[in-house]
Amino acid sequence: MLQFALAGNPNSGKTTLFNALTGSTAHVGNWPGVTVDKRVGVYKKGETPVEIVDLPGIYSLSPYTPEEVIARNFVLDENPDCIINIVDATNLERNLYLTTQLMELDIPLVIALNMTDVLDKNGDKIDVRALEKRIGFPVVEISAIRGENVDTLMARALEAVKNKRVGTSVLKDSLLGSAIANAEIALRLKDVGAPLFHAVKLVEKDGIEVENHPAEARAVQAFIRENVRGKADGEIDTEAEIADARYKYITAHFSSTLTRARRNDTEVGSKSDRADKVLTHKWAGIPIFLLILFGIFHLTFSENVLFLGSIIPSFGEWCAVEGGAMKTVFFAGGLNSPGVILFNLMDWFTATLGEWIIAGIEALGASPAIVSLVENGILRGVFGVLSFLPQILVLFLFFSILEDTGYMARVAFMLDRIFRRFGVSGRAFMPMIMGFGCSVPAMINTRTMADEKEREATVRVIPFFSCGAKMPILLAVAGGIATWFGVGNADVITYSMYLLGMVVALISLLVMRNTTMRGEASPFIMELPAYHVPGFRNLMLHLWDKAKHFIQKAFTIIVASSIVVWFLSSFGWSWNYVGENMDNSILASLGKLVLPLFTPLGFGSQLSADGWVFAVAAVTGLIAKEDVLATFAVLAACLNVSVQSGLDEGVGEVAAMIQATGIGIPALISFIAFNMLTIPCFAAAATAKGEIRKGKFKWTLLFWVFTSYLVSTVIYTVGEWWWTAFIWVAAAVCTGVAIAIHNKKADAKKLLKK
Amino acid sequence: MKKLSQLGIGERATVVAVNGEGAIRRRLFDMGITPGAEVYLRKKAPLGDPIEIAIRGYELTLRKTEAAQVDVQ
Repeated sequence: MLQFALAGNPNSGKTTLFNALTGSTAHVGNWPGVTVDKRVGVYKKGETPVEIVDLPGIYSLSPYTPEEVIARNFVLDENPDCIINIVDATNLERNLYLTTQLMELDIPLVIALNMTDVLDKNGDKIDVRALEKRIGFPVVEISAIRGENVDTLMARALEAVKNKRVGTSVLKDSLLGSAIANAEIALRLKDVGAPLFHAVKLVEKDGIEVENHPAEARAVQAFIRENVRGKADGEIDTEAEIADARYKYITAHFSSTLTRARRNDTEVGSKSDRADKVLTHKWAGIPIFLLILFGIFHLTFSENVLFLGSIIPSFGEWCAVEGGAMKTVFFAGGLNSPGVILFNLMDWFTATLGEWIIAGIEALGASPAIVSLVENGILRGVFGVLSFLPQILVLFLFFSILEDTGYMARVAFMLDRIFRRFGVSGRAFMPMIMGFGCSVPAMINTRTMADEKEREATVRVIPFFSCGAKMPILLAVAGGIATWFGVGNADVITYSMYLLGMVVALISLLVMRNTTMRGEASPFIMELPAYHVPGFRNLMLHLWDKAKHFIQKAFTIIVASSIVVWFLSSFGWSWNYVGENMDNSILASLGKLVLPLFTPLGFGSQLSADGWVFAVAAVTGLIAKEDVLATFAVLAACLNVSVQSGLDEGVGEVAAMIQATGIGIPALISFIAFNMLTIPCFAAAATAKGEIRKGKFKWTLLFWVFTSYLVSTVIYTVGEWWWTAFIWVAAAVCTGVAIAIHNKKADAKKLLKK
Repeated sequence: MKKLSQLGIGERATVVAVNGEGAIRRRLFDMGITPGAEVYLRKKAPLGDPIEIAIRGYELTLRKTEAAQVDVQ
């Protein structure tokens, strides 16, 4: 099968073209070692099927970013039959810069000129015929978003494949033209593929090339020293010279094919400019962003949209009246948000389906153990995770819209200043905020970050932004404290815990970026794309991609883990089924075994006989945070105290457990802090494993365990004995000073070496 | 001669040289900031940094520390 590669700048419509060419056959796969997506699909509308490879978006084939290295290795090693270079017509000069590099390869090249419709709207015109003539390659005007002319594009590409091509360069007549020609001859003698491309890179002193051909590199540099004279005396800066020559050639030969209606870029004319004026306004920009963020979370999680239920009392009363299953889907003290409505529908659907299945197998005469396996082992795990799917998708839809419109890039632009202090760029912000919804999509979204260390640090702190599944734990324990001890306010405790998570995240970032993941915030040289209305089809594809990912997790890792937990909590050591008497189970005895580990945190050995319940709940929480409340419910039933009814979910159980174990407030706060900061859940841990470099995952797990353990210990000890605060502060200061001294020494050593 | 980071909002200039070395410098070249290119400072972020420039017909954002590597006239 023929193989065509799609290459082009980020944001040039490359993925849209890929989807238009391959239809729904697109699937996402990871490239070994690096977490940048390479998509592979098949174009089936021609005479013969053609494999289409979507390379990562790049500006150049230089050796610095992972995307560039991947794209470069692909075109050099895999030798695709043709490269389709997608060029954004609204940004011709910079897009053609990559084209001048692709020209130097020996692979047939076809240019897909995209977004000419936007150009028309602005009143600009491009002379496609003239451009094709001057550039020497087929140029096809397309609209990727509407799928226009893509078949013509493929036809011309198939035609181009028939003729062999030898690389050509726009640098021939430049200052370094002779040096490049010499290097090319030397490499040709060595039988190197794509000699012209490698020759240019050798002259550029490209790191990868110099390493591969050291002798030729020396010869080339000697030649330049001897024969090439620049404007000034001294050594010629070849890298600058070549980049400059490319752009000069583009301006001289190609830019004239474009006639602009707008003479200069100072005029505020287009809609995009006007929108930008408001959205990134000096004073209004950040408040507007916070408002948008609030709106998104409100529409996803609120059970009182626009506070209608509170503002209009009669409406609120009407909503509060029970009115059958379907009514509570839409109203509960106020109008539910779309996210909550979908959540309720999913909940209702899974509950009904679950009942049918249980009734079905009971009717078949299954033993209690089997019924329990299906009910508590399989269905509860799968449905528990699936019930979050609607809200995650709603959240994702909003974030995708923000991304597609170009607003996300502006948010990074506005907030970079703040985040740089913590060693990450403005791009880290969105994934962190998404963490409040769910860590899984948030971690996937870190892929927009260029620097691997920065990305890893961000993935690690995402779970500290307390997700939707952790909220019930916070509410239940905070409610328990308020109910049993009669102190504090459940809402205040919950909010403070959210705040604690964010503070710990920022401190961890600061510590990591100064110790194990040391490094400056990566450079922030980013294109700000023009605003545009997102395409519906693209949004849906995006969403489907995420949903698929999530469902796969639910049916594999979650099912497996919940069966294991079910088994451990339902059977005793002599393989007897213990059913509801969970305190005789393997899990309970394991819980009692690890109990001392939790002593410094306040919910370990110091508690009375039933104290193991907290330890067990915390351990089951490592699999899924939903399990914590479920475990509470099961365990509270085994205790010798009565569970008060009529309270919010989990509050009665927590109050009962407080009564039975004699646990204090500091230990309870420490318990929620531990749950918030430790290993988030199997789904998130598995996602993190996929997103970060190989071999780093175990350190990430360790980081989570260590951080949660440390923070909880601090909370418990300070809460119990206030004077320990001085010890902790002193320890923190000492650690900080030690890190600073160590880093200074390391820097000095580096300087000396230089 | 000025640095790109020293331009005021609405100011226009021509790139003279790009200093420094390695990845950041190459990135600046690749994004079209080469000697002779015209730049126009469109705006600064609400907190004063990074800045947004128009170059070669598109919009680019970069931090002041990176812009300080670029000499303009």
